[in-house]
Amino acid sequence: MAKVTITVNGKTRAAEVEPRMLLVHFLREQLNLTGTHVGCDTSQCGACTVLIDGRSAKSCTVFAVQADGSEVTTIEGLAVADELHPLQNGFWEEHGLQCGYCTPGMIMSAANLLQDNPSPSEEEIRHGLDGNLCRCTGYQHIVNAVQHAAGTKE
Amino acid sequence: MIPSAFDYARATSVEDAVAKLAEAGGAAKLLAGGHSLVPMMKLRLNEPSTLIDIARIPGLSGIRADGDAIEVGAATVHHEVATSDLLAEQCPALAETAAAIGDPQVRNRGTLGGSLAHADPAADYPAVLLALDASVQLQGANGTRSVNASNFFQGLFTVDLGADEIITGIRFAPAKVAAYAKLYQRASRFAIVGVAAALEVTDGKISSARLGLTGASTHATRMSASEAALVGTDATAEATAEALGDPGAGIEDVNDDLHASEGYRRAMVSVFTRRAVAAALARA
Repeated sequence: MAKVTITVNGKTRAAEVEPRMLLVHFLREQLNLTGTHVGCDTSQCGACTVLIDGRSAKSCTVFAVQADGSEVTTIEGLAVADELHPLQNGFWEEHGLQCGYCTPGMIMSAANLLQDNPSPSEEEIRHGLDGNLCRCTGYQHIVNAVQHAAGTKE
Repeated sequence: MIPSAFDYARATSVEDAVAKLAEAGGAAKLLAGGHSLVPMMKLRLNEPSTLIDIARIPGLSGIRADGDAIEVGAATVHHEVATSDLLAEQCPALAETAAAIGDPQVRNRGTLGGSLAHADPAADYPAVLLALDASVQLQGANGTRSVNASNFFQGLFTVDLGADEIITGIRFAPAKVAAYAKLYQRASRFAIVGVAAALEVTDGKISSARLGLTGASTHATRMSASEAALVGTDATAEATAEALGDPGAGIEDVNDDLHASEGYRRAMVSVFTRRAVAAALARA
């Protein structure tokens, strides 16, 4: 077992974990933060995307021990009090989801994108969401939602 | 998918990592970004007894000018290479290669050294390292050594790296007239074919050419026949395309898989060689 101390959504969490425990399982099973989803489990779909020290990462491809000492932000950490994050609001307003399974990962990837590029073009949004798959409904409403959050929606 | 159990240790220095590797006697793997290793461990294609985490070793990541050369540390993530101001100015081909790897999440975690050590036949970095004539810096129990990229990549997932050695970085001379052109495999974003070109132009003619090819065969290789064909040619897209002819036809042991037949890959080698050369010349 290994001791880890990870700050998740601003709260410091200390735990003993098996080294082979993936970060996504630590978040979901030890911390009960089930907003981060496991989709493909093969590092492709991006449903498990979280921010580690401010950068998007697929938490199914990171061991919890690798995040020791880091700050992790999950979908549960975006809203401030009762106010939705602009990206959450954008997905609401633009209906950027159908089943919603990919949504937390999409939003975390979009958060990484808007941090690097606050006013992305449509092409830059699509490129920035390269690592996230939606199997329901296509990507147009998702792109619209990110534009809504960025304030670039016409 | 849960990997087999393993012991985990964080190395505090390159020397510490080398000592831990020796201690494990070949049963350990180095872990940096883990974006080649962890997926393989989840599929239990790889079951190391120990993982030695080198991601936070001071000085192992970063991009710096050192005299006439540029050095990139092994633990530097692709995102940092892709967005480096130094590389944008001194070697945009390396930055654009990093930007073409995987997706944003992969680029935020995956490292240069990890990609080189893994040596996937469709990885992007090997092609550009060959074109840059870069050297790969290694450190082991017996000290340090430097291996030219053309000797480093030896076969399918096979490189000149001892079980007790660690890649510490790469070193190369700045190359402004260089570019990377890639045909993406749509789902994985790996290269079906990727070609890097580094050229020197003197008085309107190509005076030196180095081409690196990935994705086409078991491992990345130089395209020596095409390099020779380019030297002395007028430095224009039209003249170089004519001089190159059909380079895909002359490549040995071309892969044939569900993503691309051998014939299609050969055709794409020709197309992307022309594109890489034209893109490099656009920077002249």
